[in-house]
Amino acid sequence: MEDTVLKVEKFSAFFGDNRVLKDVDLTVRRNVVAALMGPSGCGKTTLIRCVNRMHELIPGAGVAGKMTLVDEDIYTMQPIILRRKVGMVFQKPNPFPTMSIYENVIAGYKLNGIRMAKSELDTIVERSLKRSALWDEVKDALHRKGTFLSGGQQQRLCIARALAMNPEILLLDEPTSALDPKSTSQIEELFVELKRNVTMLLVTHNIAQAARVSDVTAFIYLGELVEFGPTEKMFTVPKDKRTEEYLTGKFG
Amino acid sequence: MTGGHVGRRLAKDTLFKGAVCLLAFLSLLPLFLILYYITMKGISVINWDFLFSLPRPIGESGGGVANAVVGTLMLIALSSVISVPCGIAAGIYLSENKTGKLSNTIRLSVIVLQGTPSIVIGIIAYLWVVAPLKTFSALSGGVALSIMMLPVIIKTTEETLKLIPYHLKEASLALGVPYYRTILKVVLPSGISGILTGILLSVARITGETAPLLFTAFGNQFMNVNIFKPIDSLPYRIFYYAMSPYPEWHSFAWGASFILVVLTLALNLIARGISAKWKIQF
Ligand SMILES: Nc1ncnc2c1ncn2[C@@H]1O[C@H](COP(=O)(O)OP(=O)(O)OP(=O)(O)O)[C@@H](O)[C@H]1O
Ligand SMILES: [Mg+2]
Repeated sequence: MEDTVLKVEKFSAFFGDNRVLKDVDLTVRRNVVAALMGPSGCGKTTLIRCVNRMHELIPGAGVAGKMTLVDEDIYTMQPIILRRKVGMVFQKPNPFPTMSIYENVIAGYKLNGIRMAKSELDTIVERSLKRSALWDEVKDALHRKGTFLSGGQQQRLCIARALAMNPEILLLDEPTSALDPKSTSQIEELFVELKRNVTMLLVTHNIAQAARVSDVTAFIYLGELVEFGPTEKMFTVPKDKRTEEYLTGKFG
Repeated sequence: MTGGHVGRRLAKDTLFKGAVCLLAFLSLLPLFLILYYITMKGISVINWDFLFSLPRPIGESGGGVANAVVGTLMLIALSSVISVPCGIAAGIYLSENKTGKLSNTIRLSVIVLQGTPSIVIGIIAYLWVVAPLKTFSALSGGVALSIMMLPVIIKTTEETLKLIPYHLKEASLALGVPYYRTILKVVLPSGISGILTGILLSVARITGETAPLLFTAFGNQFMNVNIFKPIDSLPYRIFYYAMSPYPEWHSFAWGASFILVVLTLALNLIARGISAKWKIQF
């Protein structure tokens, strides 16, 4: 289908002999927010780290099956090319401590040695910071170190850094779990704003967050994709018993 | 509990604190005495002429250490040029490969090298450089000193880079930055203060070395900047002046010692300044 951004087919992932993802099938369309939910250790992080091939950096890690990003086979692409098209935001904010806010936003270009005119960079910085709703707070301090910001601001800086590369898809691994409630709701608002023109795959343990932000939800249990469908439907009438148990807090 | 018990405990406490302070003071005493002695004996010798003139032949009065200062600076530069790239590279390798045959071999070599007497390292440099070139030279001195610098640089680089959080490397890799650029542009800059400190401390360590220079750089009473010719150095000049029978030369030895101590002290202070000021907050 034309507007499919990410397609995962019969995908398995391994740590040595330990198969932590089992024949996962998943399709994410353009400008959709897909939430990944499931109990701790079920393989959510592993799945999104397979999308940008960070999984294979762990010794002994392996994969089987197919993943495509806008009709291109992820596992035949060069990882460094792939990773420029796939943004990732981590659980813990990780701005580069040696760089200013400005440099952090364009880190994807700078670190890759991509040269651009100053005016072009200025535009990218301003646009990315506006998209991540951080511009008003930092526009007068662009040349201060990014690590001076609060945790929530740092996380939005990391989102700006990912958005600056114009990724096809943004991977978010529990991006608010290390933040206070106020920063969390700010970032949730940001996601609602962003989803008009950004495709996102969002790992979260927070059911309310998934309900507020996502269009579709995938429920993973012990490495299996148990249920995948529109968030509203899944949260009101889950098809699978395990999904229902998870949503009602029987295990977590 | 009665008041007497508490009083006795408090007294023991005071006694203990007093003993700790006294012993700490005693261990610092030699340092201050050395500094005091060298300053007293050395500072009166330091003047324009001493700093900027060459040693004079036996019998003539006056003269200085200009060639030795230049020689020491050249030896520092030479040994740094050799040891800094190699040491940092080895440190990167160790921090990136925590286990493995090569890593273990490097770690063992570093320990052995650290414990090798400097005179033995001098002999090695003699065999490697002096013998083939058939002449004593600044280069051979630089090689000997660089071998002495290596363990410190490798160790501090490894320890510094190990402390850099893995999530920074991940952030860079996830942006599609190739591994080597991630190391050069993210990991190394984050550890720059620790690495610089290590380099300066290793320089401070070799600045006063005499033994490995005796049959490598050798010594030279003239000014020399050719790396293929023998070169003077402060420790060698101190040795030379101090072994002479002339009282004036003895005072010159004190003056040169003073310069050497000031240089070492300055390097240590700069190293501390750098590690405090450029420290990166993660
Ligand atoms: N580096 C690793 N080496 C070996 N096994 C691992 C590694 N990382 C994760 N695993 C295993 O893979 C499985 C899936 O882990 P993963 O991190 O994907 O879970 P998760 O769903 O993200 O959990 P959480 O909600 O706690 O973040 C777990 O059973 C875990 O034990
Ligand atoms: Mg996880």
